[in-house]
Amino acid sequence: MTAIRPGSQPPVTAPDRSIALIVLAVISSALLLISQESSWLSRLPSALANFLKNPLVASLVLTFFLANLLFAYRWNASLWAKLLVGGLSLFLILPWAGRDNTSVLDLAIQIGIFAALSLGLNIVVGLAGLLDLGYIAFFAVGAYTWGIFGSGQIGKVLTYFKDNSANNGPVVAVGGLVLLIITALSLRAINRVGGKRTPVANWAFLLAALGLVIGVTLLVRGLVMLAAANAAGLTSGVNPNFFWLFLILAIAAAASVGVLIGLPVLKLKGDYLAIITLGLGEVIRVLANNLGTYTNGSQGITPIGSASVPWFNSLAGAIGFSPDQYNLFFLYFVVLIIIAVIVLANMRLDRSKIGRAWIAIREDEIAAQAMGVPLVQTKLIAFATGASFAGIMGVIFAAKQGFISPESFILNQSISVLSMVVLGGLGSIPGVILGAAVVTILNISLLPSLGEATASLNLPPQVNPAQLQRLVFGGILVAMMLFRPEGLLPSVRQRRMMHEDDDPSGNMTPQDSIAGELNPENAAEVYSPGVATRADNERGGGTQ
Amino acid sequence: MTGNPVTASSNRASARPAASSTILSIKGLTKIFGGLTAVNSVDLEIPRQSIVSVIGPNGAGKTTFFNMITGIYEPSSGTVDLDGVSLVGMRPDQVTQAGIARTFQNIRLFASMDSQENVMVGRHSRLKAGYIDSLLRTKRFHESEKEAEDVANLMLEFVGLARFRHELATNLPYGDQRKLEIARALATSPKLVLLDEPAAGMNPRETEELKSLIRRIRDDLGVTVCLIEHDMRLVMTLSEYITVLDYGSKIAEGLPHEVRNNPKVMEAYLGRGAAAGEYGKEEILKGGANA
Amino acid sequence: MDFATLAPFLVGVVISGLVLGFVYAIIALGYTMVYGVLQLINFAHSEVFVTGAVVGFEIFRVLNGVEMNGYLKLLIALIAAMVASGLLNILIERLAYRPLRNAPRLVPLITAIGVSLILQDVIRIIEGFQGRFDLTYQLPTGFSTPFCGPESSCAGVGKFLGGIGISLQVKEVIVVLVALVSLAALNYLVNFTKLGRAIRAVAQDRVTAGLMGIDANGIISLTFLIGGALGGISGVLFGLKFGTVNAYSGFDPGIIAFTAAVLGGIGSIPGAVLGGLVLGVIQNLIGVTNILGGALNIANLGVIDSSYQRIGAFLVLVLILIFKPTGLLGRSNVEKV
Repeated sequence: MTAIRPGSQPPVTAPDRSIALIVLAVISSALLLISQESSWLSRLPSALANFLKNPLVASLVLTFFLANLLFAYRWNASLWAKLLVGGLSLFLILPWAGRDNTSVLDLAIQIGIFAALSLGLNIVVGLAGLLDLGYIAFFAVGAYTWGIFGSGQIGKVLTYFKDNSANNGPVVAVGGLVLLIITALSLRAINRVGGKRTPVANWAFLLAALGLVIGVTLLVRGLVMLAAANAAGLTSGVNPNFFWLFLILAIAAAASVGVLIGLPVLKLKGDYLAIITLGLGEVIRVLANNLGTYTNGSQGITPIGSASVPWFNSLAGAIGFSPDQYNLFFLYFVVLIIIAVIVLANMRLDRSKIGRAWIAIREDEIAAQAMGVPLVQTKLIAFATGASFAGIMGVIFAAKQGFISPESFILNQSISVLSMVVLGGLGSIPGVILGAAVVTILNISLLPSLGEATASLNLPPQVNPAQLQRLVFGGILVAMMLFRPEGLLPSVRQRRMMHEDDDPSGNMTPQDSIAGELNPENAAEVYSPGVATRADNERGGGTQ
Repeated sequence: MTGNPVTASSNRASARPAASSTILSIKGLTKIFGGLTAVNSVDLEIPRQSIVSVIGPNGAGKTTFFNMITGIYEPSSGTVDLDGVSLVGMRPDQVTQAGIARTFQNIRLFASMDSQENVMVGRHSRLKAGYIDSLLRTKRFHESEKEAEDVANLMLEFVGLARFRHELATNLPYGDQRKLEIARALATSPKLVLLDEPAAGMNPRETEELKSLIRRIRDDLGVTVCLIEHDMRLVMTLSEYITVLDYGSKIAEGLPHEVRNNPKVMEAYLGRGAAAGEYGKEEILKGGANA
Repeated sequence: MDFATLAPFLVGVVISGLVLGFVYAIIALGYTMVYGVLQLINFAHSEVFVTGAVVGFEIFRVLNGVEMNGYLKLLIALIAAMVASGLLNILIERLAYRPLRNAPRLVPLITAIGVSLILQDVIRIIEGFQGRFDLTYQLPTGFSTPFCGPESSCAGVGKFLGGIGISLQVKEVIVVLVALVSLAALNYLVNFTKLGRAIRAVAQDRVTAGLMGIDANGIISLTFLIGGALGGISGVLFGLKFGTVNAYSGFDPGIIAFTAAVLGGIGSIPGAVLGGLVLGVIQNLIGVTNILGGALNIANLGVIDSSYQRIGAFLVLVLILIFKPTGLLGRSNVEKV
């Protein structure tokens, strides 16, 4: 006898919206292209043309166009329709629009950068549950890694060393290397000793760690001194083709900083972790500001070079891009590729041993440990992974802007990335990408253009929409947490978790939950209405 | 059950070895919190492949005792040796890797995962694949994931929850959640599993199922079981050996019928006058019949 | 610098640091009390105390032309600030924190950050409508004159104090006095009244306190009221000490004050005070390291300039949390498993 689960309904399939999708895509693409291409605009009646030229309208048109990508993802449509819309939008229409108006490409690249940042923070906050408020520091590390070497700054640094230190280069380098090896080995030895460390061992560990940092610093310094002889050849940075190498180096640099920051703080509880990471993010920024020899302080570094690929440039030229647009066009595609890789990495990590371990840690650290998950190690890996995404995008950022300064890496940026993740959905890959897009568009396009549009209304300068970022971000965070903590595009896990206390016959229909996907063999079971509910403090979801 | 990955690291059950070989040896284990001595120099020897219980009135320090064994608390003094390996000072995950698994008094399942995933987490420390393997989807990764899934399904089947494989853990009925925790603990391929009040809140039928499950853990998987429990009927009929704690100290130990008739034990329970007393009195005086 | 000038200089720095420390201490109390009952970092507290500072500014501005005893003006400013900040804090608790009482840890934390951001802009807009951003306190006469200066009746005392390096302005002495009075009042409230006992009960174990007949929600609201009132007081004191405040001023002192609370042991009232004082002195010392470095002939100390004050607090926090996570006066919080 098959029993029926209370509240179950026959599954409802959403209507196939392939046609609607394609039609919308065509309309929005047309609007976008027309509004950017001046020759087409001039053929329209002037009222309409002026309407389309209004910054707010232009911004909305672009938003509508990008929304199609969202529709392509979410709507129930045939696969080829989705691929068609997605592929043509990204690879054809956007670059085309960008050719007429580079700000479109610039915006697209910004969205891409922040999408990658959000995906990185997603691992740290969304999967592992570590509230990192200083995430932007890793972005800064990546940006300055390329910023220093890809510009004249490296020349200045080398010149400084050439002028200010005697030929100690080899000595310092070797000394640093020796110290590095000694301390690394001792760290490993101390770690090998199982079990809790005695206070003496703790101090030794700390000293060794400090020594390690000093050793690395000395080594690098020594190498720089050695290289100082070549200062002359680097007035405009290393060979731009090293850009690709630096993409990898930035990952290593950011991940290392992630581990360095993570080691002392990852055993702290959530609230403290938040404050400390906030502080450490600030530390990085202050260091960037103050270590002028390396970073040129608050003035920033400019101009920063970028790679150029000859055949790509010819291609761009052939399509009609002007040479000063080559870089943006090039970086746009690099960003798309990197994002694809990051998404793939994210998906793979999510459905793996480490992904489960992260979620276990987020849910219940004590139970996770009892099941054999090493806490600090697992958290460090989350930190390092998230950091590496930020690091590689830092390089892109530096190359795109051609200019970086500590101002780009302030606390508000960390918080805005957090709001992207929260808005989209903690732990949800498509969610955070959407969140990044929404917040970036708001920040760079909609709010400023709203400000321009309302300029004629003579509003007092305080309520100029372009200035209302704090209000908007704060509002997003609060509203999302109060009303939809699982985000706009929740991961299935999160949605189930957040609405756990809801009336079971209420919000969720059976097909929303994994329970709805039960095998037919399970349909024979009766779910007793009197299922015992657990008291709040016994819930597994974090009773710290 | 040849080739069963779970039993591979524990002893076979076919011929029960003599109870003289000890798997867990605890001597003088003590825990002092500020001015309060929660556990006072307790000795315990758990024979390999046996079922033993630790009982005592509420607040006797039983869970603290478990927590010291599993590394959540650091003992103030004393030794804990698993098959000769000292566990003192190890982190909880290291203890699990050494071969002790546990369940919790307040169920601690991972709320956002389904049953299968919950149990797969238990396999974490035994899986060979690493971070790079996961990223590159190497052959080792696929083998590892298969192992995780297979062990999980095996354990779910073992405890009788196979039909809930993809059900959200918190949707399970209470008794089944407890079983799920046990399945998860078993997935770590332990030598010894500590069950902290596994029968709490269960009805008689569920308790009987639990009893047979615990026996199967010992007999089929070869895993030693140590229980903390308040359900006297379960304790008396299941345990081969019982240790009684009160106010942090061991006040009695022995075979079930010895403990049952021990005046100190009766005083510890009955002398409290609290709710637990009446039930315990009946059971102890009735001699724990109805096995 | 020789010892004769260095010693008074250092004394001066330390004393000034203590004054600063009292401001931090009162701010820190706001954080520690809320954390005690809810285990939540009220990120918005920095804006709550800025609100107090703004209200204080407005009071002084409005009363500027009025003929009234300066200390009476101060009293009105303090009361107004306490009321405003206290009510604001309760409002925040009701609207943003209470609905999320049972949510996973991350959620209220993120909400708190959001509230903080919103308030920053709200304050900016409100003052902006009156054409103001930076609000400079218009203090009554006599507040900015030296304490026991040459023209006052206690000139002798003043000269002596000046000799050992203690030269304070009247307003700085006021800051210390108001802080001490507030601390005394708070101490009495928490340790000697029924209400205080209820607060301590809720802070230790909310559920059991409820079972004992204590209205936990009401107590929590009350705690927010008190925390907010303290924030209001500290805002006025901040205005007195620093002279100028704007919508974004809350962030730095807020972080430093929170560090102070943790340094002293989060949840501990005396701890917050101790932490505040220690950090105030440290901040001041960092501010003069280049001078000290010159005096003591230590090169390279010049690199540590005042911009490091901000991160100085963080580094202190990191060190504490590594070596003594429970803080100087805090109790060890053993989690029940």
